[in-house]
Amino acid sequence: MKVGVVTFPGSNCDYDSYTAVKHILREEVEFLWHKSTDLAGSDLVVLPGGFAYGDYLRAGAIARFSPIMEEVIKFAYSGGMVIGICNGFQVLTECGMLPGALMRNHHLRFSCRFVYLRVEDNTGRFTNACGKHQVLKIPIAHGEGNYFYHDDEVRELEENGQVAFRYVDRTGKVTDEANPNGSLNNIAGIVNCEGNVLGMMPHPERAVESIIGSVDGLKVFESVRAACVQVAGTGGK
Amino acid sequence: MSDNKKVVVYVRLKDGVLDPQGVTIHKALIQMGYTDFVSVRSGRFFELEIDDSAGDIDRKIDEVCSKLLANPVIEKYVVEKA
Repeated sequence: MKVGVVTFPGSNCDYDSYTAVKHILREEVEFLWHKSTDLAGSDLVVLPGGFAYGDYLRAGAIARFSPIMEEVIKFAYSGGMVIGICNGFQVLTECGMLPGALMRNHHLRFSCRFVYLRVEDNTGRFTNACGKHQVLKIPIAHGEGNYFYHDDEVRELEENGQVAFRYVDRTGKVTDEANPNGSLNNIAGIVNCEGNVLGMMPHPERAVESIIGSVDGLKVFESVRAACVQVAGTGGK
Repeated sequence: MSDNKKVVVYVRLKDGVLDPQGVTIHKALIQMGYTDFVSVRSGRFFELEIDDSAGDIDRKIDEVCSKLLANPVIEKYVVEKA
């Protein structure tokens, strides 16, 4: 598996993602500068967390017009796997690759702590290494992670099984207390209809070693690796 | 000196979209004793100066608003000509 990590001006989780892939997963990884138009043969593109372009205007609003994004969009449309983490998720919703929008946390504060996520579907490309309804302990660090979408459209999202992760308590129950930002239906992460683009507010790349509190984030990367092997096995792209 | 066109774009959240900032400002007003203020909705505005010698300016303004200045999923905008 080869992973490309995009660096926008203002990204600050690009090294975390790079380190997780290179030193923990021991897979090939390369930084992709936002002005580049070459994805360097990546099987997975990561749009990392941070404050791309200072989050001016709206989080992700300016980053989506970076030269590299045109290539990322083409890559995704041809079936390539893309993960947007935190600020990366905001970029994906801003450019329409994922539905909905991420608004200010309902309490207006920046939240930085571990949360529990329930895996809603463990058959997808980003979750196949997880158990059914497994609860993962992964940190969040954001001020604008309040997932919003209009009622009818959220219903469709739910019916399509596009909700990948939901904020829950440690026993796996969906509660208001477990929802750190006011997200609709406790949504923490979603995939597109085709299942090859994932956006999530929590940071799996910051939960890859027990010394930093959790290894549960590895499941996401291990799932992608398994999906890559599967794709290679079927001779597809 | 210049005869550039000037417009102001007001961007606000769509009706029904929760505005935590507005709610918080409203709570502060109540706390300050301004109990006759019933609600607050926040938004932002942009002043644009445009060289309109190339024409087709209305379409371009509309594009700029919907592609960049506002996020049509949650926001609406009004263009006011100066």
